[in-house]
Amino acid sequence: MNRILFKKQLSDEVFQMRIEAPLIAQERRAGQFVIVQLNSHFGERIPLTIADADPVEGSITIIFQAVGRTTHLLAQKNVGDTVEHLVGPLGQPTHIEKFGRVICVGGGIGVAPLHPIAQAMKAAGNEVIIIMGARNKSLLILEDEMRKIADELIICTDDGSYGRKALVTAPLKEFCEADPKPALAVAIGPPVMMKFCAEATRPYGVHTMVSLNTIMVDGTGMCGGCRVTVGTETKFVCVDGPEFDGHLVDFDNMISRLKAYKPREDADHHRCHLEEEIKNKEKDER
Amino acid sequence: MSHFSKNQLAEEARKTLAELKKPLSPKQRLAIPAQEMPAQDPAVRRCNMQEVALGYTEEQAILEAERCLQCPTKPCVKGCPVGIDIPAFIGKIAEGDCKAAIGIIRESSLLPAVCGRVCPQESQCQEPCTVGKALKSIDKAVSIGRLERYVADWERENGLMQPPVVKTATGKKVGIIGSGPASITVAADVRREGHEVTVFEAFHRPGGVLLYGIPEFRLPKAIVDQEINSLKTMGVEIKTDFVIGRTRRLTDLLEKDGYDALFIGTGAGLPKFMNIEGENLVGVFSANEYLTRANLMKGYDDRAATPIFPSKKVAVLGGGNVAMDAARSAIRLGAEEVHLIYRRTEAEMPARVEEVAHAKEEGVIFHMLRNPKSILADERGWVCGMEVLKYELGEPDSSGRRRPIEVKGSEFQMDVDTVIVAIGNESNPLIRQTTPGLETSKWGTLIVDDTGKTSLDRVFAGGDIVLGAATVILAMGEGRRAAAAINKLLAEK
Repeated sequence: MNRILFKKQLSDEVFQMRIEAPLIAQERRAGQFVIVQLNSHFGERIPLTIADADPVEGSITIIFQAVGRTTHLLAQKNVGDTVEHLVGPLGQPTHIEKFGRVICVGGGIGVAPLHPIAQAMKAAGNEVIIIMGARNKSLLILEDEMRKIADELIICTDDGSYGRKALVTAPLKEFCEADPKPALAVAIGPPVMMKFCAEATRPYGVHTMVSLNTIMVDGTGMCGGCRVTVGTETKFVCVDGPEFDGHLVDFDNMISRLKAYKPREDADHHRCHLEEEIKNKEKDER
Repeated sequence: MSHFSKNQLAEEARKTLAELKKPLSPKQRLAIPAQEMPAQDPAVRRCNMQEVALGYTEEQAILEAERCLQCPTKPCVKGCPVGIDIPAFIGKIAEGDCKAAIGIIRESSLLPAVCGRVCPQESQCQEPCTVGKALKSIDKAVSIGRLERYVADWERENGLMQPPVVKTATGKKVGIIGSGPASITVAADVRREGHEVTVFEAFHRPGGVLLYGIPEFRLPKAIVDQEINSLKTMGVEIKTDFVIGRTRRLTDLLEKDGYDALFIGTGAGLPKFMNIEGENLVGVFSANEYLTRANLMKGYDDRAATPIFPSKKVAVLGGGNVAMDAARSAIRLGAEEVHLIYRRTEAEMPARVEEVAHAKEEGVIFHMLRNPKSILADERGWVCGMEVLKYELGEPDSSGRRRPIEVKGSEFQMDVDTVIVAIGNESNPLIRQTTPGLETSKWGTLIVDDTGKTSLDRVFAGGDIVLGAATVILAMGEGRRAAAAINKLLAEK
């Protein structure tokens, strides 16, 4: 069960894996995620977006950045290994219909969850414009896959090492000013990027959907750890989301909630790297 | 409160037992001192996760059993949601025949080791007990729960647990959604009849609320695992990491996967919040989240990857058993101060008296007739305090309890860095959202008839998803009823 069929390192810290999961592959729709846990006894449960699925092969694709304890361990797994626990598909699927011109904005690893949404938007007959951004060229992922879907693809890097030297909000704003005005913007990426995308489209009244990746435990509505403030309401990302109206999300609150366990995570991260270094050193000495 | 060690209590019981001259008259029985439950010293246990109540010694159990008058009216049996023949099993304990005693319990109950620990006996079997009435104190009633636990533990510790006998295979298939107490009961009762049974659990380990909700110090997880193992020995298949409504739809189980009947026992899994300002700040948790991190995810253990919020001053909001569990967990996880805030008085608290007493012994500070108005943040958006209002009791409301009324202008501030909200659950939306035709009440609970059948054919439900938040034993009772209906339906088909 949950055997890793394929693994590829996309950049320094970003990995792509295809994992055997026939039922999830069959049921999943754009916008949904899985919860991964690597050890029944002491492992944590973390949400990861489903980047793609192949119902014929019975597999799903996940793309993740090795930033925390679990993603580091996951990155060390190889083809043939198994992921002990994989639950899903969770969350509400993206609402897909023919809107007209849809701007899909992906920042960093956010391009992974954006991919199936862009794909579905295209399949529904939308004109799909994709804006992809990263700090530099080496951190860009899924360019070829996105190029296949996009009617127009714009790449931005912070340092200008590839594409336009700009933040994704710059072209987004230009599209909002252009004619025809976009019917919808979909922005997925780091919380700060989604916040500024929502700010960029707000003056133009372009409906902007964001997909949130908050801290979760069960992923089925039971714990409420993932809750966010949307307008005047409290919503659970796992059962009400993960997608919400970006103009209504309280991003500052969400960003501070994401840091709730930061001290512990930093310590774990530090320990992870220290252990790795010790291991390497031992290898060298031998 | 003075604390007596297990040895002291055992010694006392040994002496009393040796002095008993049989046959005992009812008067003599009433004179036997009620046996206190040996427990870990509060000062010690507040720093560990091990079980608080240590269980009767043999002499204590026999003495406590001898207190039972074997009265002909048996009011205790009527007080038990599953109708265990209580005087009969207690009589066997008095005779020293634990094997016969557990056999009698097992005729009616599947989870005696669990129920003996977590049932609210004081409002069920022990409430009408003749001994308690004669001695004019509910605290003096025969400790039926402790005796139940004693024989269940005796059976388990001696390796005598035997899974129920399974009849010849019928070829019929039953799916059970969730793996808490209601589902465990249905699984066993339906499997017994020879039907194939699959249990679907969303989490990575089966057991439901017995695992994620009730803490280790009140219900050791090894006991839950043993109950699950006995289901597996019976041939029940358990699929973890499986979310009905997401991984597979309920209707697919019936229409595509060949299930002849289904039972929904998904519990009350959607935490309620207070709807006050500041509730989404960093440091505010539902009791579900806090307890799940601590229990199921083993947050108390250094090896666990799931972090626990580092708290110094904790406020727990609510007065039920879950609030007590959260408060007592926070103490064990290293909080310096734990405050329990409840808007009525202790008399109205729904928590068990024993849990309240344990919480106090462990140092939880109780604040009655108080309720937060808002939660305050520091400049980072982390909790730094609460604005609290004082309350007083007014006229009784629809629940019969006196309604708490806020005292205008009584606001004061409490410095806390963590707030745990334990004011109950609503029903989880996953199944109802993805199952057309499944009728629900305005609270989102499933509507069932008197056999436990939902509005859909061949689909039954029970436990908290029907009752709202209730107890383990009521869930078991509901499970029994639904299982009987499922067995009847499959026999007719």
